[in-house]
Amino acid sequence: MKDRILDTDMSIEAHNLTKKFGDFIAVDSISLQVPRGEIFGFLGANGAGKTTAMRMLTGLLRPTSGSAFVAGYNIATDSEQVKRNIGYMSQKFSLYQDLKVWENIEYYGGLYGMSLRQIKEVTDLMMHKLDMDQERNTLVSQLPLGWKQKLSFSIAIMHRPRIVFLDEPTGGVDPITRRQFWNMIYETAREGITIFVTTHYMDEAEYCGRVAIMVDGRIEALGKTSELKTQFGASSMDEVFYMLARGAKRNE
Amino acid sequence: MISVSDISKSFGKKGEIKALSHINMEVREGELFGLLGPDGAGKTTLFRIVTTLMLPDSGLVTVGGYNAVKDFKILRSKLGYMPGRFSLYQDLTVAENLTFYASIFNTTIEANYHLIRDIYVQLEPFKARRAGALSGGMKQKLALCCALIHKPEVLVLDEPTTGVDAVSRKEFWQMLRRLKDEGITILVSTPYMDEASMCDRLALIQQGLILDQGTPDGLVSGFPDRLLSLATPDIYRAKAIVEKIDGVDDAYIFGESLHIKTAALNEKAIAAALAAHGVAAGEVRSILPSIEDVFLAKMHDVS
Repeated sequence: MKDRILDTDMSIEAHNLTKKFGDFIAVDSISLQVPRGEIFGFLGANGAGKTTAMRMLTGLLRPTSGSAFVAGYNIATDSEQVKRNIGYMSQKFSLYQDLKVWENIEYYGGLYGMSLRQIKEVTDLMMHKLDMDQERNTLVSQLPLGWKQKLSFSIAIMHRPRIVFLDEPTGGVDPITRRQFWNMIYETAREGITIFVTTHYMDEAEYCGRVAIMVDGRIEALGKTSELKTQFGASSMDEVFYMLARGAKRNE
Repeated sequence: MISVSDISKSFGKKGEIKALSHINMEVREGELFGLLGPDGAGKTTLFRIVTTLMLPDSGLVTVGGYNAVKDFKILRSKLGYMPGRFSLYQDLTVAENLTFYASIFNTTIEANYHLIRDIYVQLEPFKARRAGALSGGMKQKLALCCALIHKPEVLVLDEPTTGVDAVSRKEFWQMLRRLKDEGITILVSTPYMDEASMCDRLALIQQGLILDQGTPDGLVSGFPDRLLSLATPDIYRAKAIVEKIDGVDDAYIFGESLHIKTAALNEKAIAAALAAHGVAAGEVRSILPSIEDVFLAKMHDVS
């Protein structure tokens, strides 16, 4: 198979992607396509295989079989290029609490291979956009949770990646912050950056364009949230998820 | 059953961190009452005061008529408390933890086994395992068993479903329903707006203030404005246009549709405004607000 796909409108293309750990099939032949600029939700109960799938898609774990192209690069043979072209944010771990705001930005910019000049430009723009000009020298630990989250997301896309992976980004935040956060996500998607969100909170799922639901390592449903609700005769994504996931053999 | 009147609590050397400001809340006997709010809203502080584990700066809490400060000894035998952080003994086994909690309340596992049976049968295969080695869902079930072992009249649970997946969450709420049917009054906190509908009544809390309380339907019907939803292929453009219409308070994208909050306008006015800008909008329809919408509206009222 050729190493670089030409169809760059597709941010993620996975074909029969599989990961086995010994006899255990963590991810069982999943296939999906995510076009550029889409907000794609990736749902599953604990133990369904979400994390393993995401670790493969971010170039951290080699698949046992099957293939996937992320940002146009083969995850098995070109994982370094994959890593350069993606961003990652998790609510659990994102920024260094004991570094200042500007230090975090410079640190991550450096990791992403940006020059100091580029980093300075991006920092100015980011601080202005987030209305955080007064907070450059503030320790991240001193920021309110909502600000941390917005900063963390902005840093995850500061190198203009093709795709950003968000791992349960808004659990436990207040509704105003969550709305603002999703507004940022929509703006980012509109600029052409693809958003891949993993979560097990169905209220986050409702914000996504399309979602895939994983059960026991397989994708059991994939489509727009409205389509899935119709397909399963459910009034909410929570119901759809429950119908699919309660039959799961594996948990945690 | 639980009466919270004018409770305030501050932390810090000069009391500069106001955790709770003049909280009033009433939980009736036999009800499943939810305290809904984001991280840092004051949920845990309030629960610690209700469960006699912390003294308020001012105000009064009574549980079943007993004063939470003066009568703490009596209350501790009437209350079951499941804290947010797993606080059982990690190096005791499942069975040892349960026996331990039963004995400090002068009871036995057998005496109140009917209360925990449904939950305990799921734990039984692991009863010789150390609690620290259990999965998250199993730890949670064990903690609930330990909080129930002395047959409390009131069960207080601090964020029992945080970090738990959707299926386990649903099962957990079903367990709470069954306990309510046994006559136990339940006070439970959660940061997840979508769990509001599982409660008989609930209070919304943010930055130490109660924003509103009532039944889930009552809170929704108290939403002051109209909420409209529209589907269009060009959602970003529609949003930009709608935001500029006089009388639109807020417009935000919600998955495939645009949600519009307005006090002044109806479906027709929005559709007409979009048509005037050449945006082909599908049907504009009125939708029921969610608890999140109610929460947002109340937050704006306060700030």
